[in-house]
Amino acid sequence: MPVSRVLIRGGRVLDPASDHDAIADLLIEDGQIAACASLIPAEDCDVIDAAGLWVAPGFVDMHAHLREPGQEYKEDIASGGRAAVAGGFTSVVCMANTDPANDDPSVTQYILDRAAKDSPARIHPIAAATRGLAGEVMTEMAALCEAGAVAFSDDGRTIMDTAVMRHVLEYSKLVGAAIVVHAEDCGLRGSGAVNEGLTATRLGLPGNPAAAEEIMVSRDIRLVELTGARLHVAHVSAAGSVELIRQARERGLQVTAEVTPHHLTLTDEATLGFDTSTKMAPPLRSQHDVTALRAALTEGVIDAVATDHAPHAGYEKDVEFTGAPDGIIGLETAFAVVNDLVQQQEICPLELMRRMSTNPARILDLPAGTLAARAPADVVLLDPERCWTYDPAKGYSKSRNSPWAGQQLTGQVMATLVGGRLVYRNGDGVLFR
Amino acid sequence: MIGQDLLGIENLEREQIELILETAERMQEIGAREVKKVPTLRGHTLVNLFFEPSTRTQTSFEIAGKRLSADVVNFSASSSSLTKAESLLDTGKTIDAMDPDAVIVRHKVAGVPQRLADVLEAPVINAGDGAHEHPSQALLDMLTVSQEKGRIEGLTVAIIGDIAHSRVARSNIYGFTKLGAEVRVAGPPTMLPARVEALGVKAYTSLREALDGADVVMALRIQNERIAGACFPSVREYSATFGLDRVKLRYARPDAIVMHPGPVNRGVELSHDLADQRPSVVLDQVRNGVALRMALLYLIAGRRSAVERG
Repeated sequence: MPVSRVLIRGGRVLDPASDHDAIADLLIEDGQIAACASLIPAEDCDVIDAAGLWVAPGFVDMHAHLREPGQEYKEDIASGGRAAVAGGFTSVVCMANTDPANDDPSVTQYILDRAAKDSPARIHPIAAATRGLAGEVMTEMAALCEAGAVAFSDDGRTIMDTAVMRHVLEYSKLVGAAIVVHAEDCGLRGSGAVNEGLTATRLGLPGNPAAAEEIMVSRDIRLVELTGARLHVAHVSAAGSVELIRQARERGLQVTAEVTPHHLTLTDEATLGFDTSTKMAPPLRSQHDVTALRAALTEGVIDAVATDHAPHAGYEKDVEFTGAPDGIIGLETAFAVVNDLVQQQEICPLELMRRMSTNPARILDLPAGTLAARAPADVVLLDPERCWTYDPAKGYSKSRNSPWAGQQLTGQVMATLVGGRLVYRNGDGVLFR
Repeated sequence: MIGQDLLGIENLEREQIELILETAERMQEIGAREVKKVPTLRGHTLVNLFFEPSTRTQTSFEIAGKRLSADVVNFSASSSSLTKAESLLDTGKTIDAMDPDAVIVRHKVAGVPQRLADVLEAPVINAGDGAHEHPSQALLDMLTVSQEKGRIEGLTVAIIGDIAHSRVARSNIYGFTKLGAEVRVAGPPTMLPARVEALGVKAYTSLREALDGADVVMALRIQNERIAGACFPSVREYSATFGLDRVKLRYARPDAIVMHPGPVNRGVELSHDLADQRPSVVLDQVRNGVALRMALLYLIAGRRSAVERG
């Protein structure tokens, strides 16, 4: 059988795994990276011209809700996988709050079977940390890992019983997987729908204070000290949480963290028109928090950008503010939104790519996030200067709940390759079956 | 303001507030006549879309509409398809399809009038949404104060009680500060919302300090369901610390007036005799509410007749 060869020519190759940042050609053979060098001859190659583009390892989203099984009207693995590659993500980690919850190896296997058949992106399930996400009884972590779970989380909910949380962390050392936490003190949050502060006061909506997050981040860090387990803090939103994570890392604890594109770029003032596509948990916070999150991402205190892609049907969001479900979609806008940090010269392109691919792959021990020879050829081509207007109706997600609908964004995904196969090209769309 | 929504006081200009108050004074003349009815809004349809029961506000809008000869339809949650879980926006659009000249909305969740205004053809008048705004109440309060005191500019207005959960407080804060009054808010710390002073008011946890030199004292209704939310330990303690009686009122100016949006919990926010006797102006507020709402309906729903639209 002839060897399939793809040559990505003349792009700025950004490979955080090897700290490579220079114009080069990238050669792919049989689905793997073969070489990265200047002026590779194009014999017998399909050539992709990448002049003026960034060429980076495909993004790894360590936090998405693909809604299958059970809520396919919001999203499914096929539509979520398409949205992923359209957004430059070659690997997507899907959260366990499906229906039924992914708390049993049969559900994990079902997700992987669907993904193998329907998704152009690689899909890795996160399994529930407790049965039924009820925060009471641990799941069978060994069996779930065997089935393909890459981490454990009750995301969307916090395990409020500290003794249960301690056992979850302690037991997770058996399998070596990270426990991903949605850190929010349920009692303190109460009915909080927006960040507690001036915006909540003006809107007359119940506030959700930053302390609700910080208290749980603090508790869980203490439990990491007690147990020696690995903790990953999902969607950090508050400056105080950043400080707690920074101190934990300085003490040498295995604590990692992610931040979403929306928490990096929007404040609670986005909610002033009562738009439910600005309602999420944790809520958008103050400018002070945004500034701290951006600095933490640049410094590396926060390891990764994750979307928390949370599709909801229009009719679910088109209700009174406090009754609307939390969350927004984000796979197709993530790069353009966080590219703002490069545009503002707060982070260099290589480091942004590290936080979108190499770091999340490292935290979850996935074979991704690198352009090293013989690595799977998961590659994204980006035009960091290209302006475009986002229209969710033309996107691949089944849902449209985005605060960036109709907005002009800078930075666009031009092509995505998974295992050396071109699965998305700007203009042509998703090229998958 | 014809055809415009009235969602809150926050986004009104001072001139608009003054226009509404002047118009309301003209409406008061109609209320003083033997036959309290004019044909101004004949052929106009007004819908009271109340998702939360409110006998007082709904009745006030209904009487206001009827005095202007409008046809007023009351659509309340109990008598509607809301029990069949029809969505909020579907309900609004259904009402809108019947071509009303204004839709008056009350809902327990902040922002609902805004959401409806975004999709409805007819102008939306907010009759109270959650803890957000209650513009017609604040406007009738401003009318009452300006008639009692002859001015609003330079007065000191103290609002007492559960500021955090009060739409009346928010609308009055915006309104009175726009008209040049000094506004103070006071209550237990658990009832003062985050960063409330950024709204241009002074916040107090001492009733005595808040009342010192006040021209107007406005007590807010304590929601009994809030006790479950632990905003204050008991009605007795609240009444002892923030309930107004003639003794505590001495901290205020000798000619201070006492207001309350109603209904009053007698013996809690106001002592029994302050609920309806001078210097309380509670019943004047209610009376002025009709004239003020006539002004709003005239300014917003007027002249938008089917003929003109056709």
